Amino acid sequence: MQGERKIRVLIAKPGLDSHDRGAKVVARALRDAGMEVIYTGLRQTPEQIVETALQEDVDVIGLSILSGAHMALFPRIMELLKEKGLTDVMVFAGGIIPEEDVPELKRIGIKEVFGPGTPTENIIKYVLENAPKRS
Amino acid sequence: MFDRQKIEEIAKEKKRWEQTTLTNWVKQCPERRKEFRNHSGITIKGLYTPEDIKNLDYMRDLGFPGEYPFTRGLHATMYRGRLWTMRMFAGFGTAEDTNKRFKYLLSEGETGLSTAFDYPTIMGYDSDHPMAKGEVGVCGVAISSLQDMEILFDGIPLDKVTTSMTINGPASILLAMYVAVGDKQGVPREKLGGTTQNDNLKEFFAQKLCIFPPKPSLKLSTDVIEYCARHLPKWNPISISGYHIREAGATALQELAFTLYDGIAYVEETLKRGLKVDEFAPRLSFFFASHNDFFEEIAKFRAARRLWARIMKERFHAKNPRSMWMRMHVQTSGCTLTAQQPLNNIVRTTIQALAAVLGGTQSLHTNSFDEALCLPTEESVRVALRTQQIIAYESGAANTVDPLAGAYYIEDLTNKMEEKAMEYIQKIDDMGGAIAAIEKGFFQKEIADSAYRYQREIEAKDRIIVGVNDYTIEDEECPVKLLRVDPNVEKKQVERLQKLKRERDSRKVKEVLEKLHYAAEKDENLMPTIIEAVKAYVTLGEITEVLRKVYGEYKELIII
Repeated sequence: MQGERKIRVLIAKPGLDSHDRGAKVVARALRDAGMEVIYTGLRQTPEQIVETALQEDVDVIGLSILSGAHMALFPRIMELLKEKGLTDVMVFAGGIIPEEDVPELKRIGIKEVFGPGTPTENIIKYVLENAPKRS
Repeated sequence: MFDRQKIEEIAKEKKRWEQTTLTNWVKQCPERRKEFRNHSGITIKGLYTPEDIKNLDYMRDLGFPGEYPFTRGLHATMYRGRLWTMRMFAGFGTAEDTNKRFKYLLSEGETGLSTAFDYPTIMGYDSDHPMAKGEVGVCGVAISSLQDMEILFDGIPLDKVTTSMTINGPASILLAMYVAVGDKQGVPREKLGGTTQNDNLKEFFAQKLCIFPPKPSLKLSTDVIEYCARHLPKWNPISISGYHIREAGATALQELAFTLYDGIAYVEETLKRGLKVDEFAPRLSFFFASHNDFFEEIAKFRAARRLWARIMKERFHAKNPRSMWMRMHVQTSGCTLTAQQPLNNIVRTTIQALAAVLGGTQSLHTNSFDEALCLPTEESVRVALRTQQIIAYESGAANTVDPLAGAYYIEDLTNKMEEKAMEYIQKIDDMGGAIAAIEKGFFQKEIADSAYRYQREIEAKDRIIVGVNDYTIEDEECPVKLLRVDPNVEKKQVERLQKLKRERDSRKVKEVLEKLHYAAEKDENLMPTIIEAVKAYVTLGEITEVLRKVYGEYKELIII
């Protein structure tokens, strides 16, 4: 019997800020929930993130940023994903992202934005329900 | 503190009380939980009595304020003489924007400046570097050259204020710029007062804004300590920081132990420069967080002071009492702020600030209630500053020295924090010291585990955070006006920087950069050359670039 492929998630930290507490907690929670999780480490450029996503053949990318540079960096990441043909990868984001920026982020293809205080269980549930189905 | 006979009598009576009054009461009204613990995992008893501190020796363990082991405070009168310094961390946008905020804070009664730099500055990139895109002036002020620094302190006489700068990797560069501004204002160097954070060790496992590998990073920190000991007698060259360790997820106990261990490492490294301990130790300063558990925090501050005094005396044989002083700055804990029902953060901050005052801090920053959402607005910063002023002038907490001393619970907790911190210190000694522990990922793993445990407790509702996992409001609307940094900041800053690069003496720039490269390779103290460089308007990015070539860049050790 062939087991179902585990969901592969890339947790990535674009931007120069170093607040990785949330990213690491989310990475560990998703791993404990049975997913395969790759964490990029800090200060990754959009190019590096997309390259890792491609190399690691991930289904989901979680972007964590608390520096306020999301409006400068996220569009570039989404553009590069498109260029590399990674259009079926589901992207979500978290960190300090003002409510008023969310509609624009959703317009460029970010599926969900999780604010401070979100229980990891909500994130796990969201990923399980929304990760693209592959076998 | 109590005679043995009395203690025995109390112990006997306590047993009787437990078997009668307590047992009967609990039958009718059970306790809310099976076990009460603080963040450090120490079990909290329902009642403390003299029995819990029967081994406390007043003169050995507490003493008098202003005297060894300084448990009761560094100064004889504490806040009856002078209140703590109210120092609010501020910085955003261009140097002009932050200069305006500084002047506003000073006019509202703030008594010391504290500078937040933006991420490019912190990481040693000029505002026009590709890595700086989208980050210029966003989380702090953008400083790329002495020109920006001159604007930042325009109209602020450096002999009248003290300035704290939250900067680590490039600490020597920012200090050099401050010295250069002071020289221009005609302020003698021995009058320059302030602090550079300059604690590069904690960067590797807590704040993680590392530029260079651990060894050259420690070398750069030590350069500043040595230079200040010889040339800037009123400058605190380092602020050995537990704050970031705590914010990364450590418990109060881990914060205490790891911070003091970093302190030990800096002392050992500076001794290698041929300075005597009493020549530099009096100017070492510390920085802690104040989190939610009120008594745990107070005990932590008191234990920290006593433990440092003992380490300096017993381990390093300091003679000058000032070398044994743990002068501390405290910031209320940013990670306790909630985005939900943000006004509740004013209450949290008040409790945390009061703990810092009852713990005997020298300086305090109170967070603004909107900081889980954005940088603080003028209004929210004012409320945060007023919180300190209310504690200072209205609460009565500042009217006597160390008011909680002698409380059975506080003294027992202070003892336990010290004992358990010593166990950690022993363990890190056995591992081969701070750098070895960093390279093994010891601190990183300890902190990541605590952070994860804390989050699990919240999700299991074993820990209630009001407004987050209980007492929530459905479809809450954000009640606060958010500060947005002017999007033109980056453009303005980059234009100014590029104009400067065109107009300065480029031959001099080249010459001094070569000199710096040589000095770095020869392992000299780099402070004098860096001062020369910034005065020639060599930029922060250019200086860091040379050092990156010589020292290499740090590659993160990834531990989830």
